[in-house]
Amino acid sequence: MTDTAVIGDGQGAAQSPRPLGAAADLGAGVAGLSTAADWFALLKPRVMTLVVFTGWIGLLVAPGSLHPVLAFTAVLSIAVGAGAAGAINMWYDRDIDLVMRRTRNRPIPAGRIAAGEALAFGIVLAVASVLVMGLATNVMAAVALAVSIGYYVFIYTMWLKRSTPQNIVIGGAAGAFPPIIGWIAVTGHLALMPILMFAIIFFWTPPHFWSLALWANSDYQRAGVPMLPVVAGAKETRRQIVLYTLLLVPLTVSPWALGVAGPIYGLSALVLGLGFLVAVWRVARDRQDAAGVSLTNDAPARAAFKYSILYLFVLFAAMAVDRLVG
Amino acid sequence: MGMDNEIEKVPLSRAESEAVARRRRGRNWAMLIVLLAIVALFFAISIVKLSGQQ
Repeated sequence: MTDTAVIGDGQGAAQSPRPLGAAADLGAGVAGLSTAADWFALLKPRVMTLVVFTGWIGLLVAPGSLHPVLAFTAVLSIAVGAGAAGAINMWYDRDIDLVMRRTRNRPIPAGRIAAGEALAFGIVLAVASVLVMGLATNVMAAVALAVSIGYYVFIYTMWLKRSTPQNIVIGGAAGAFPPIIGWIAVTGHLALMPILMFAIIFFWTPPHFWSLALWANSDYQRAGVPMLPVVAGAKETRRQIVLYTLLLVPLTVSPWALGVAGPIYGLSALVLGLGFLVAVWRVARDRQDAAGVSLTNDAPARAAFKYSILYLFVLFAAMAVDRLVG
Repeated sequence: MGMDNEIEKVPLSRAESEAVARRRRGRNWAMLIVLLAIVALFFAISIVKLSGQQ
């Protein structure tokens, strides 16, 4: 007994027959093969975690209050908006995702979801998240969310990512928007604190992402993405990681110095910052050959990448604790 | 020459058919849960907005 599945959306030749879940040609998809988990994966849930957390902290440290239902809706809108941007990013990057080991099993390159369906899914969710944010909180928060989605899709994904090694420096702004959106959802306007929160994530992104890029270098090289290690080499990347962290640490202390955050946050920022500096110093001092290639399989870069995630979570948690206790 | 030339029908075995049906059922359940959650969320937002507790 047989059934039929529809293969292909006009891009690339369909293969026949093809095992379920086998890697597809670009843009091709097998109707019926996707699971709910595949659609959820399109939203880049791991990235969403950080976005939800920082957006929630922005909402929490803002002066004033929001009804819990509206606060939940605001955070949900931020999460769905970020997920929508992630889905559109996966649609646009399906060609390079196919050649990178880390991404080739994503739903589109693996052929479980058709490219066009992923794009439609992303657009619908993006529009819905902005509308719901506007209905639940205020127009300014909805505008900020729309700007962040547009920035990630058009500025980072379509323009910078494939054209400059500074892609994640400027593109990092997209990931820095959530605390601003959370703050505006409560207050309706911008202030110094959310701008500093934005700046902290902005300057945190390069050392975080370049630590990953150091050991995922071959993947980016194969995909032709001009990440800094591919274009400028590992040595220069390690130097830039240290420089950005040196800028980041005083910046994280500035909310305390400027009087918009208390000592709990300030001291946490100092201790965490020292830890980050130690981690990136180890990256800079990693044993390497004349070309800068790590002789330790980039162990310090892997450690710095892991620490950077913990660092941002604890730093923002300290902001919330400081606000609630102080 | 339009969509007909771009779509190819591929025969599936019984096991593959069952797998497709199972995944479709999973997606349908997920969609039901999402839709119910959206209804509940909009109901809650409406109550909060109408009661003026913002």
